[in-house]
Order: sequence, then C-alpha cells, then structure tokens
Amino acid sequence: MERQNPWLSFFVHLCALLLALFLLTPILWMLIMSVSTTNDLTTIPLRWMPRHIDFHRYVELLTVAENSAGEAFLASMRNSLAVATMATLGALLVAIPGAWSVSRSPGRQRLALYAVVATYMLPPVALVVPLYFALAALGALNSVFSLAVVYLSILAPFTTWLLKSSFDNIPQEIELAAMIDGARLDQIWRRITLPLAGPALATGGLFAFLLAWDEFFYALLFTADQRAKTLPVAIADLAGGRVSDYGLIATAGVLAAVPPVLIGFFLQKSLIAGLTTGGVKG
Amino acid sequence: MSGKVRSLIMQAVIGGGLLAGGQMIGHGASADTTINALFMSQAAYSESDVRAMTADFEKANPGIKVNAEFVPYEGLHDKTTLAQGAGSGYDVVLFDVIWPAEFAENKVLVDVTDKITPEMQKGVLPGAWTTVEYKGHRYGMPWILDTKYLFYNTEILKKAGIAHPPKTWAELEKQAEIIKEKKLVEFPIVWSWAQAEAAICDYTTLVAAYGGKFLDDSGKPAFQTDGGVDALKYMVETTDKGLTNPHSKEYLEEDVRRVFSSGDAAFALNWTYMYNMANGDPKESKIVGKVGVVPAPGIEGKSKASAVNGSMGLGITSTSKHPDEAWKYIVFMTSQKVQNKYAKLSLPIWASSYSDPAVTKGQESLVAAAKQSLGIMFPRPTTPTYQQLSTQLQQAIHTALLKSASPADALQTAADAAGGGL
Amino acid sequence: MSLRSWLLLAPLLALMTFIIGWPLAKTVAVSFTDAKLLGGDVHWLGLANFQRVLAAPAFYEVVWTTIRFVLISVGAEFLLGLLAALLLDQKFHGRGIVRALMILPWALPTVVNATMWRLIYNPDFGAFNALFTQVGLIDAYRSWLGEPGSALYAICLADVWKNFPLVALIALAALQSVPRELRAAAVIDGAGPWSRFRAVILPYLIGPLTVAVVLRIIEAFKVFDIIWVMTRGGPANSTKTISILVYQQAFSFQQAGLGGSIALIMVLISALLIAGYVTILRKQGELK
Repeated sequence: MERQNPWLSFFVHLCALLLALFLLTPILWMLIMSVSTTNDLTTIPLRWMPRHIDFHRYVELLTVAENSAGEAFLASMRNSLAVATMATLGALLVAIPGAWSVSRSPGRQRLALYAVVATYMLPPVALVVPLYFALAALGALNSVFSLAVVYLSILAPFTTWLLKSSFDNIPQEIELAAMIDGARLDQIWRRITLPLAGPALATGGLFAFLLAWDEFFYALLFTADQRAKTLPVAIADLAGGRVSDYGLIATAGVLAAVPPVLIGFFLQKSLIAGLTTGGVKG
Repeated sequence: MSGKVRSLIMQAVIGGGLLAGGQMIGHGASADTTINALFMSQAAYSESDVRAMTADFEKANPGIKVNAEFVPYEGLHDKTTLAQGAGSGYDVVLFDVIWPAEFAENKVLVDVTDKITPEMQKGVLPGAWTTVEYKGHRYGMPWILDTKYLFYNTEILKKAGIAHPPKTWAELEKQAEIIKEKKLVEFPIVWSWAQAEAAICDYTTLVAAYGGKFLDDSGKPAFQTDGGVDALKYMVETTDKGLTNPHSKEYLEEDVRRVFSSGDAAFALNWTYMYNMANGDPKESKIVGKVGVVPAPGIEGKSKASAVNGSMGLGITSTSKHPDEAWKYIVFMTSQKVQNKYAKLSLPIWASSYSDPAVTKGQESLVAAAKQSLGIMFPRPTTPTYQQLSTQLQQAIHTALLKSASPADALQTAADAAGGGL
Repeated sequence: MSLRSWLLLAPLLALMTFIIGWPLAKTVAVSFTDAKLLGGDVHWLGLANFQRVLAAPAFYEVVWTTIRFVLISVGAEFLLGLLAALLLDQKFHGRGIVRALMILPWALPTVVNATMWRLIYNPDFGAFNALFTQVGLIDAYRSWLGEPGSALYAICLADVWKNFPLVALIALAALQSVPRELRAAAVIDGAGPWSRFRAVILPYLIGPLTVAVVLRIIEAFKVFDIIWVMTRGGPANSTKTISILVYQQAFSFQQAGLGGSIALIMVLISALLIAGYVTILRKQGELK
C-alpha cells in the first residue's frame, strides 16, 4: 500500500464530503418540504428550516376515508404492489426454465436468448399502439393484471439474462450425477439448482420488482382510475400543475420512494455483483 | 366475451399459472349500477367538492354508485380518448369547450340534444350552451361556466396612486410601468404561459380584445394576421419591458394563483376560482381582502373588454352501458341547486342564479365582472383537429416570447404547419 | 435433450412473441396507413407517413434534442461515475456510508426523481434559486425549466443525479477486481499515477464501463418519463424528444399511423445502437 500523503487524504475526504452532500441534498429538501407548512414553502427568501414541523400530509395520504386523497394514494400504492409482484413472479416463472435451458444447452438456444435480450432495448413507443389496440379489444385496459402482463416484456428478458449467468456458475456435474441416479428434472431443480441459485433468484426478483415499480409509460397509457393506476402515474397526476400544494407532492414522493430505497439498501451487496455478472459478462 | 373468458385468455397468454387475474373490468353483477366519471383535479371545483356533490347524488339515488376519477387538465383529453378505446371506460366525462368538434366527429360523446328539457333550455344562459354544441347538436350539459378575469391587488394599486383598475390593455401596461418604477413589485403582471392550453387561453383573451380571428370563413388559419399578431406582440412587449413576470412561460394557473396570492404581482389573469381563494382564504393567501376583479380589458376603438370561453361540460360517452344513469348524474351535477351551493368556486350556468342573493353575497364584484364577461366570451377555434392547432400555436407563442422569431413570423410558421408537418 | 431445452425455452419465447414480436410487426403494418387511435376507416398510404416525417424540419429538431440529451446526460454520468468510483476506491473515513448513499438516487423511482427536481427548480419557491442566490452565484431568480437555454440542461442534471451512481457502482466493482499485487508492483516499478492508471487499472475498467455506458445510451435514447413530468417537451419544444413526439402524434392527436412511422424510424436508430452494443460484446468475448 502506498503511504497516505496528508494533503491527499484531506483532498479525498473533501471530495467524499462533496459527493455525500450532492447525493443527499435533493432528498433532504424533499423531506423538509413534506413537513413544512405551505406558507413557509412560499416565502421569499426561502425559509430552509420550517417554523413548524407538520406531519399532517403524511396522515392525509395514509388515512383511508371514503373518497379522499388518502384513499386514492393508497389504492395506487396497492396497485403498484400488485402489478410489481405479479410481473416479478411471472417473469421468474418463464425466466427460470428459459435461463436454465440456455445455460445447459448452448447452441441455437443461445441465439434465441440474444434475440430476447435485444428486445430490452426496443423503445416502448414502438409497441405501445398495437398493445393498446389489443388490450382495448380484449376489454383488458385499466387492469393491474394486464399491466403486469405488459411489464413482462421488460422484466422477462432482464431476469432471464441475470439467471442464466448464475446458472452458468453452478457446476453441471452435480446435476449430471443426480440425473445418473435417476432423478427427474423437477427433482434436480427443486433439490439442487434452485437452492444453489437461491441468492441470484432473490436478487433477480428484487431487481425485477424495482423495474416494475418504476415503470411509467405503459401505466400512463393503460390505466385510468383507482382500479389500476400505479404510483408513478398518481404522482405525475399530483404534480401535473393544477394542484399546488408542493408539500403534498413531496410527501407522495417520499412515500413512494420508501419501498424501493429499502430494497436498494438491502440489495447493496448483491447489487454490484448482479450488475457486473448480469450486465457485463456475456 | 364474458369477463371470465377474457381473463382466461389473458392467463393463457402468459403461460397460465398466475391466478391473480380477475381484476379485469367486469360487468358489475350486483344490483347496484356503478357508473364511472372522469373529472379533472383542480382548485375549483376541487376533488373534495366533486366528491361531496357525488355523495349527495348517491344519497338521493339509491342503487346508483358513482366512481369519480381525477386527472390533471393536461391529461384529461388524452385520458378520455384512451378510455374510449377501452370500450368500457368512463360513463361520464368532463370535457373542455374546445373538444366537442373532435369528440363528435370521432363519436366519443353521445348526442343528447333530445334529452334537454324546455326548462333547461330556458333556464341556462344562452352563452353557456355554446360550450357543448357542435354543428347544431348538443353533446352534454355545460357545468363550469368560466372565463379569465383581470385580478388586481388593491393595496399595490393604492400605493401606486392608481384610482381605477385598467379598462384597456394599454392602460394596464401604463399602470404596470408605474408600479414597477415605484418598485412595489418587481414584475407587476403574471400570466399562465406554459407550453400548454393555458397559454392559448391568455392569448385568446388578447385576440378577442384586438378583434382578431383564429380561422377565416373557409376554415383556414387567420391568426397570423391583424389581431392575432397584435395579441402576441403585446405579450412579447410586456415581457421585454419587464412588466410581465418572466417565469410566466413556465406557469400554469395554479402557479399564477401562488404568485398573486403571495403578493408578488399586482395583476393576474386567471379563472373565477382564484377570487375566493385569494380574497377569502388566509391559509391559501397573504392578500386576503385586497383582491379586486374586473373583466379583462379591451382595446380602444376595438373592444370594451375581453374574455375567453373557458367553460367545460359534462357528457355521456358512447361506450357507456348506463347512459340513463349517467344522464341522471349529469342533470344532478349541473342542477341549479348544486351549482348555487358551490357558487363561491364556480358561477352557475343558470341565469336566475345571478339575481339570487345567496349566490352573489360576498362576491358582488366577481358577479358584476361576470355579468359583463360571460356575455362576450370569445371561442377558441372549433375544429376536429384542435389539438394540433393548439400545439402549433403554443409553440409559436413560445418562439416569439423567447425572441427566436418575430410574432408575425412565428404565427406564420404555425399557420403553415396547421394541417401538414408534425 | 434438444427438444426438452426448446420446450423449457418455449414459454419465454411464446411470451416474447405475444407481447413484443406481434406488437412490433403490427406497428410496422400500421405505419403504412392513416389508422386513427379511435378507429374509423383505415387507408393504405404507402410511404407517405415516412415521407411526411422525414420532410418535416420539426422531426430533425426532435432527433437533435434527443441526441443532445443522450450526449450530455450519459457523458456527464460517465465522467462523474468514473470519478466517484475512483474516489470510493480510496480509503477514507465514512467510505461505507458514502457508498450506501450512492444507492439512494439509484433506487428513487424516476417519476419521484423528476417531481423532486421540478420542485427544486420551481422559479419562485424552489431551492435551486434560493440556494444560488443566497451564495451569490446568480443575482436574480431564474426560470430554469422555463427557458429553452437551460431547460434541457436542468433535466440532464436531474437525470445525471439519478443515474451516475449506477455507472459509479459498476466502475467501482471493476476497480476492486484489479489484483492488489498488480497495483503494488506498478508502484514499486515507480510508475506515476497517470501511467499506473493507464497500464494497470484501465484494462480492467474499460469493459464494464463501455457496457454501462452503452446501456445508458440505449436507455437515454428512449427517454420519456423524466421529460414528461418535468416539462412535457416545452418550452418552445426545446426538450421534446422522439418518445414525446410519438406519444403526442399517436395519443394526443390520435394519428396512430403517423406515430407508428416515427416509432419505427426510432427503432431503426435503436437497431444501430444495438448493433454497436453487440459488436462491443463480441469484442469483449474475443478479449477473454
């Protein structure tokens, strides 16, 4: 190890402090807005620290009363949860056999996988009009279930790719040995492959969940009301300009960010591993 | 196809197994009829107001349940047309005065001409009907009768030594200059000129004042001539002189209300709702009791005052499976009783309400302004391709405000692009 | 064996055919017609939609805006990400905390991020104006999202803030895969910091970084949500990207055919990007 020059050390700490500030300040400001009164927020020059801490907006958004803002917000949170969960499970369901198949039999299957992964790069606007027509014809617009199906177009290629890399790391010999002992494929998967790939499955699932939680474009077009509207759409509606309680918009943002940020911190370790194996290795 | 078959097909699509379906839009099997209504989230009638009205309706009509949904104005048009494709979207939709042409041509709304009773015909202000009419047919009931008024801060005007609010746009400019010179506020006038329909409403007010026209008799663009150009010139000139708040280019109506209610502007152009919120609600305003309202000014020799028709109506969608219940709901929402009750937020469509003391009390100056403004409301162009035309105009307004082109050139470009181009 | 592996792959392929293959084919078909979103008669137009798009100056402006967004955002994400990774590779107090903080922007939903920055840029009550005025960087409140000169940059900053941590984390992982002995050997050989970086570290960095950047380019090219929430393409169309244009044509104006043709042109451009990505992957494979 090289010895630390004190000036260099100081410089490094200074940069680290600046980086931390850059990362934190916007979010801190959103938190402050969410607990400030409207009058404090619309004072010029700006009052950085609110005179009163005011949690009423959190109460408002988290209380279910018939026909209230809270009801609408919680409905969208429930929808987001339902869509993301269904889409994640669905993606894993098709990705596990697909990824295993490609991992164990490299050949044309691998080409097929490349084709699938390439679709990840297609802009949604290239698919959205026919999808809209099709869902309309089926009477399936404005449904969390259809939205989850559409999300599979994003999640399935992504999870397949991640899982294939982790299946590649499981020595085939173990599976072969079990097969020679007469184990069926489903037994091999249940007893050997899936337990060994467990962490990768969890990571892949959580990543998929985050992607679905984040999606906006399809949700904007395919959902209409509380039965299916997801959080991003609800927040965009809130911030659309005709509601000017800035604090309420900030509060909704804070609440919508809590689940993914928690998942993010939970994923911290596997995040980097996942990104490098999934995104980088061929 | 029944809902079940549909969801079976959808499940087959994703390889079966995911049993969480059943969230499809089914046809309600219960005895109650549920209708879905689309509104916009705005300050007046606010979401809670509409929900309260709806609750009253449900109480008076057991057996009918109404799901009210709210989107921002900017999403209202697209949401309506998108839901139309869904086949079973909304039963009742709120629509802007500029959309009946498009919605009628594309059969989005049901023609309700025959449902309108003689009492409605007589009772509703004649001007209000124009909100829902296209080619002699009616596609709903007018609900929000609205136009933009000139609001002013009485305290600032008094300090500046101005005795009367302006009657012409030139006078407004002069008064703003005085206020700016005396440093009472930095930017005396605030508008909603974001690249959105809001900018067109302000522009239309000015076009009306200057006696301009959007389309000529053959339906070709005419805004690039005479009054249309003068209106945009006025917008550019007041911006250049620092009389108009330069952030207006980013503002929608609620931003205008915030700035005006904070006391940071002497004049503002905005809808009816701002009056009681800025003048009467200390939680929302720092200038309670200091708000004056008059019709938007005129142009000497051309007009005495100006106004844009910013009304909105409620209509039944052609995909509604419960048009009778939907109409019942619309009739209730637009009834004189309901409208009078919420008159502090939006003035009624009913002529006789304006002489009802319960309606006018506490907002006499607003009602006085309304009496003049509502009679002269100027329409935005009636064309099935209004969305394109409006988008081109919004862009022209911004191009001119940002000095990328002269007002005349910018509008000429918009006129050329109308119909073709992107 | 081969049959079984195809069977296992079948659900994925079938799904992809249904929700990607078929819609894409349908978009191609629609783009040659005057189909409207709300139905009505459909007529075959041949190449007329494409001619109309390619003849419109507005289209090239939108493409140029998209390219500028990609270049500025991804360029800054690359630079900032690399610098942050190099910093986090150093030893300092609180390194774990800073590294954990990097997760925050990455995990924040895009729409929340866009909304947050819109509040920050609010011309009258936003923190950006307040902060910069109070420290004396600007002398008057400005309309960051309201001026075409600054709106795109303002959006880029919001995008960079959210996405540079991803680049940084990937680069950091790559940095930490550089064997310690190799670094130590270079120090002993007396190599200066720059030549050490170039000879020892860069070979480990270049692969993961290129992939990260290419992925970001492809993502940025599709950008819709952050712009939709922050400006909807304004002011004066200065932030209107291709995705916004397609939305407007297909859904606001209901010209499904015309919107489809623009989307298709966008796909062609994406295809070029994908081809570039595949080439990079291939080259990497060869390097291995």
